[in-house]
Amino acid sequence: MGSRASTLLREEEIEEIKKETGFSHSQITRLYSRFTSLDKGENGTLSREDFQRIPELAINPLGDRIINAFFPEGEDQVNFRGFMRTLAHFRPIEDNEKSRNPTASEPLNSRTNKLLFAFRLYDLDRDDKISRDELLQVLRMMVGVNISDEQLGSIADRTIQEADTNGDSSISFNEFIKVLEKVDVEQKMSIRFLH
Amino acid sequence: MAWFTFPDNLLCRCLGISITMWFTLLFVFIIVPAVLGVSFGIRSFYMRTLLKIFEWATLRMEMGAKEKNQELYKPYTNGIIAKEPPSSLQQEILELRGSANGLRSEPEFEMADIFYFCRRGVESIVDDEVTKRFSAQELESWNLLTRSNYNFRHISLRLTVLWGLGILIRYGVLLPLRVTLAVTGICLLLVLTTLVAFLPSAELRSYLSEKVHLMCYRICVRALTAIITYHNSENKPKNGGICVANHTTPIDVIILANDGCYSLVGQVHGGLMGMVQRAMVKSSSHIWFERSEVKDRHLVAKRLGDHVADKTKQPILVFPEGTCINNTSVMMFKKGSFEIGCTVYPVAIKYDPRFGDAFWNSSKFGMVSYLLRMMSSWAIVCSVWYLPPMNREEGEDAVQFANRVKAAIAAQGGLVDLIWDGGLKRAKVKDVFKEEQQKLYSKVLVGDSEDQMEDKCSEDGTAEGDESSKDPTEGQ
Repeated sequence: MGSRASTLLREEEIEEIKKETGFSHSQITRLYSRFTSLDKGENGTLSREDFQRIPELAINPLGDRIINAFFPEGEDQVNFRGFMRTLAHFRPIEDNEKSRNPTASEPLNSRTNKLLFAFRLYDLDRDDKISRDELLQVLRMMVGVNISDEQLGSIADRTIQEADTNGDSSISFNEFIKVLEKVDVEQKMSIRFLH
Repeated sequence: MAWFTFPDNLLCRCLGISITMWFTLLFVFIIVPAVLGVSFGIRSFYMRTLLKIFEWATLRMEMGAKEKNQELYKPYTNGIIAKEPPSSLQQEILELRGSANGLRSEPEFEMADIFYFCRRGVESIVDDEVTKRFSAQELESWNLLTRSNYNFRHISLRLTVLWGLGILIRYGVLLPLRVTLAVTGICLLLVLTTLVAFLPSAELRSYLSEKVHLMCYRICVRALTAIITYHNSENKPKNGGICVANHTTPIDVIILANDGCYSLVGQVHGGLMGMVQRAMVKSSSHIWFERSEVKDRHLVAKRLGDHVADKTKQPILVFPEGTCINNTSVMMFKKGSFEIGCTVYPVAIKYDPRFGDAFWNSSKFGMVSYLLRMMSSWAIVCSVWYLPPMNREEGEDAVQFANRVKAAIAAQGGLVDLIWDGGLKRAKVKDVFKEEQQKLYSKVLVGDSEDQMEDKCSEDGTAEGDESSKDPTEGQ
C-alpha cells in the first residue's frame, strides 16, 4: 500500500500544496500515502464510500456531516488537493503565523476558518444561517433515539434564544462566533500532525 | 553435420550434469536434514548476510537522497498524528465546556459540543486503528524487493545492480528450488499418509502418521526458507486442548505444525487442497466442515467438543480472528472456541517483515500469486511463543475469557490489542456502536437523573461489563 506514493505526487504539486495549506513536505507525502490507501478504486479520488469504510468514522454520530465537508458543492469525488485543503483547517496555529502580515489572505487554519468549518457542519443548506430545523437535525444525529422530540425541541429553542441577538430566530455566523468566544477553538479544533 | 551435433551433445551433457548436481545438493543439504530433523545452520548465516546487505542498501538510498537534496519518504511508524490520551466522551465534552462541576440536572447543550465529534472524526480519517491492519506493514529500511520500495527515485547505479542481482537470485535460483521442494513435500505427504492408512495396528498408525506429518512439514518449511524460533516449548499444547494463535497467513499452519502435531479445523475445499485434506484425514483425525455446516454453530461446537473430550486425539489448532490480519495487531477473537470449556493453549506468532512480508492480503492476491510472492521473497523469519495454558475462570463468560487470552497473546508478540472485529475487512461496522456513542452523549445532555438509576440497576457488574466490551472507543 502506498508503494508508489512519493513518485506519483510531483514536486511542483507538493510545493503548491505546501503554500496553500502550510503542511510540511514530509506531512504531505505521508498524507498522500494515507489518501492512496483509502482510495480503493485507485482512480486518484475518494468517494463517500471510501470514507465510510473507516469504522471509527462510521460510528461517529456526525460521521456523515464530516464526510460531506470534504466534498465540494454538489460533487461526489474529492481529489488530493481538496482533501488537503479540508485537512488544513485542523492544522494547529503556530505562533509565528499569528504575527504574519495582516493583509495577506487568511490561512486555512485561522480561528475564523476553524469556526466556519464547524458552522458549516450545522448549516446544511449553506444559507449562512443555522435555522431551528438545522439545529434540531444535528442534535438528533448526536443523541439518536435517547431523547424525546419535545425535550430536544426545548433544547434547540433555548440554544437559539441564548445565541440570537438580532431576533431572526436563527444563528448567523457572527452570532456563532460570539457564542464561542470563550472556547479555546485553536486547541479543540486542531490535530497534532507529526513532522 | 558433425559440427552441428557436437555442441548439441555438449549442451545435453552440461544440462545433465548440472541437473544431477542440483538434485544431489538438494537432497544432501535440504531433504535429508528435513527428514532427520537436523539443521546445518545455513539459513541463519543467510539471514545475517542479508541483514547486512539491507542496511547498506538503506544507507546508500539516504546518501542518494541527500545528494539530490530531497527528502526520503519515511513510513509513518509512529503515526501521522499525535493522538490525545484516550478519555471518555463525558470527560472531553465537559473539558470543552470548561465546567468542572460535573453534570447538572437540567439538560444542557452547547454549540461547542460538535467540536469533540468533529475532531475525532477527522482524526480517524487521517489515521484510524482498523483499516491499516488490512494491508502490509511499511518497512523502515529497504529490503531490495520492489514491492516494498517507496523511494526508488533515489536509487544509485550500484543499488540498481544489487537489486538486479537480487532478482536473479530470487527468481532464478531460489524460486525453482523452493517450488521443487514444495512439490516434493506435498507428494510425499499424499503418498505416505495413504500408505500409513493401510497399516493394521492403530498405535503404529498414529506413531508413524506423526512422523510423516512432521517430516513433510519440515520439507515445506524449507520450501519457504522459513527461519523459525520457538520459545518456551515447555508450554506446548497437549492432547485434549485447543491451541489458539493470531492469524497472519495460511502459512501459520505450516509454521506451527512444524513443531508439533495438531488437528486442523477448516472448510472442505476442492482441487489440490481437497486432495491434501482427504489424505491427511486418513492417517490422523482432522475436522473438516462442509460449507453448509459452517453456519451451524451448534454442530461446530459439538464436533470440537467431541474431539477434545477424546484424550488420544491431538490438540485442535484454531485461529479465532477468523481472517488474516497484518501482524501489527490482534483483533477480536470469536468466542466459539472459548465456549467449549477445555484448556486453551495460546500461541503468539510474530513475523519479521524485513525478509519478506508474510501477510496475505486476500483482496489483493489470490492464493497462487501469494505463494509465488512468498517463495520469491528472501525468507520468512518468525518467532513463535508458546504461552502458559489458560482456563476459563469462575464467573467469566466466553467473551471475557477470549479477551483475556487475546491480551496475553498481544502482550507477548508485541502487537496492539484491538477490540475491533477482523470481519470489518469486508463487512460494515454494526450500528450498535454508533448507538452507544449517541447514548453516551445523551447522558451528558440529559444529566444526572438517569445515571443514578443505572447505578442502582447494575450492582452485579455484568451489565457494565457487557457495555464496556461492546463500546470499542471507550478507554481505547
